[in-house]
Amino acid sequence: MNGFDFILAGTLAAATPMLLAALGELVVERSGVLNLGLEGLMAVGAALAFITVYSYDSHAMGFAVAAFGGAALSMVFAAVVLGFAANQVAAGLAIGVLGLGLSSLIGKKFESLTITGLPKLSLPLLSDLPFVGPLFTQDIVVWLTALLAVAIWGVLNHSKLGLIIRAVGENPHAARAIGFPVLRVRCAAIGFGGAMAGVAGAYAATVYTPLWADGMIAGRGWIALALVVFGTWQTGRVVFGALLFGALSLGELAAQAAGIGLPSQVLASIPYAVTILMLAVISSNRRRMRLNTIASLGQPFER
Amino acid sequence: MTPLLSLQGASKRYGGVQANAGIDLNVDSGSIHAILGENGAGKSTLMKLIYGVETPDEGEILWKGAPVRLTSPADARRLGIGMVFQHFSLFETLSVVQNIALIVPGTQADLSRRIRALGDEFGLAVDPAAMVHSLSVGERQRVEIIRCLLLNPELLILDEPTSVLPPQSVARLFDTLRALQAKGMSILFISHKLEEIKELCDTATILRAGRVTGRVDPAAHSAKELATLMIGRPMPPPLHPTPHGVGEARLELVGLDFANDDPFGVSLADLSLTLRAGEIVGIAGISGNGQQELAALVSGEIVPGNADCIRMMGRPVGDLGAAARRQMGFAFVPEDRLGRGAVPEMSLSDNALLTAHGRGLVTRGFISREAERAYTTACIARFDVRTIGPDAEAGALSGGNLQKFIMGREIMLNPKLLLVAQPTWGVDIGAAVDIRQRLVQMRNEGAAILVISEEIEELFEICDRLHVLHQGRLSPSLTTQATTVEQVGAYMIGAGDHSA
Repeated sequence: MNGFDFILAGTLAAATPMLLAALGELVVERSGVLNLGLEGLMAVGAALAFITVYSYDSHAMGFAVAAFGGAALSMVFAAVVLGFAANQVAAGLAIGVLGLGLSSLIGKKFESLTITGLPKLSLPLLSDLPFVGPLFTQDIVVWLTALLAVAIWGVLNHSKLGLIIRAVGENPHAARAIGFPVLRVRCAAIGFGGAMAGVAGAYAATVYTPLWADGMIAGRGWIALALVVFGTWQTGRVVFGALLFGALSLGELAAQAAGIGLPSQVLASIPYAVTILMLAVISSNRRRMRLNTIASLGQPFER
Repeated sequence: MTPLLSLQGASKRYGGVQANAGIDLNVDSGSIHAILGENGAGKSTLMKLIYGVETPDEGEILWKGAPVRLTSPADARRLGIGMVFQHFSLFETLSVVQNIALIVPGTQADLSRRIRALGDEFGLAVDPAAMVHSLSVGERQRVEIIRCLLLNPELLILDEPTSVLPPQSVARLFDTLRALQAKGMSILFISHKLEEIKELCDTATILRAGRVTGRVDPAAHSAKELATLMIGRPMPPPLHPTPHGVGEARLELVGLDFANDDPFGVSLADLSLTLRAGEIVGIAGISGNGQQELAALVSGEIVPGNADCIRMMGRPVGDLGAAARRQMGFAFVPEDRLGRGAVPEMSLSDNALLTAHGRGLVTRGFISREAERAYTTACIARFDVRTIGPDAEAGALSGGNLQKFIMGREIMLNPKLLLVAQPTWGVDIGAAVDIRQRLVQMRNEGAAILVISEEIEELFEICDRLHVLHQGRLSPSLTTQATTVEQVGAYMIGAGDHSA
């Protein structure tokens, strides 16, 4: 396999953990809440999923437990920021730290153990295409994530539920005045975001690199957050950002394998730097930023 | 006949404030019923009780004679109550039809068709596909009304619907409301404008300080009698200051252009005006036509860079920031009191310090708490600010009291040039008269004052000259005494520019 095939085959899988977390956070932020605890939520999901799959040998169960764990921990965040109208930045950071700590605690006995990942499925015909064929051999979660991205785009832009979420995010006072339960909508969004972060962690720990190591999320939660903001809260741009980061992180591995004469630390930092740079350029248009920014993002809502 | 809606002894308390106390109200079918009261009389709270946004602490609400409990606006809508809010409950980043689809069932294609049909029938034309942020205030109001009408309400509540409209659009709104009444709908019309109520309404319930002070046929009473019921004493006579000599130019705008890169904002083009010592010049027009941008440019919040396009006290200041302009004798009362005019979390003392730091309140970089306190106490006393004292948090004051405090703080700086945006928004009538008198007094003492206001009557009362701001352009200077409200109204909707 040459470097190009390597990147082509791996990009989607590499992008999937960030994309799952970012899609969840996108919904949360569209409702006007900023949850900075993604990294911790992903770590908890990763640890829970790994332990479940290691103990019961069922990936489906692992993903379910991770989703539940992520949602449960995010409810602590919801209670603090919605129930007590606390500062969302501080609460999100605290939940993130709590999640990281929890994940190392429950994962301690499973350090460096491994499990088997998921088989790859080839899409008929497409995977036989010359040149781009490797792109179409992926595990089931990657395909489901692609479907989910389309579904979230559809819901946010073309459904009543999406309109309600956006209305609550833009002007919670007006939303309440015409009769929408602002706090319940936001609570549901936070729960969904937490579950998605849990699933993202589960994919990272049980499919992408099927092993548990403390700190294995390695900043992907933060990248997911950056993707949402620099993607100007548009589903398509968030997907683009995730794919770009996935491709670059594989490009870095290919470059290392090819023996490019740069220190590995510099190479390892390139995907982060380039992704942020690309998305910063996209979002540097002030007009576009102003049109898309969630007006009530991060502001507590009190009746 | 059983009234359509009736309230019996409805009360609502917010913290220490009794917003509504024992309100009795009967609205008959097919009537246009006015709720008259000044700012802070409890009109908006009463409407929130009827629309289910708030629930009453005591008392009963009856719909067609049967007691009902409204716990959410959805309950009220199910009964057949619709409401048009004063500060619209529309979402700027959604289109017209999306805003409507939020509470009206149906596909967007079907809703678009019905929006057009209603628009034709009742003179409420609006493009269903337009984004709300691109609409004028009048169009937004039409969207709100259409949204209510699509649910076939039997009672339509309008909260201060004319406060955002130019005079010509008010007549058009009244035509729409009369057409709705002719179809059997009841309308609750909330206002503090006496002439409008006399023109439109069959019955008026008058509120003062949360209580009902009268139930009258507005057509059968003079405006003076209504005002007495509304504010508890005769309406203060208007000021109309006598013209007197003016001095040197204190503020000059010379072909000021401002290209706004904010898609929700307004660009200004070729603004020119001269303001001299000893005169008050008003900027009339509906908010959202560039008022905020103009205030930001004059105050120095936005620095245009080109020094010569703004001159103060005869010197170019277009490249100077807000602090440098204030040092030259400029003072500013912005329209949003919490956030620009004052820091809500800080005490009145510290808020006074923010602009009066040059008045001996700071020595060698340290705040002199004694001087700060004395200055603030003087401001509170001189301007009749009702508060517990200089340590009160700015955010805890009522809108009117905070406005008096901010006005006082700026006036005590003895500015040569004062910019005031919306001086009496949300202020009760007594305080509003007081604020206007202070402005005229300053003018008589030789200050130059620029007033940006939506209240035409207010501008006619205190200004020597007027300009109208419409879509980022200024009308020629109009001498107040030689101009009619209708002429100003024509400029407000852009008809004055072309011979319409």
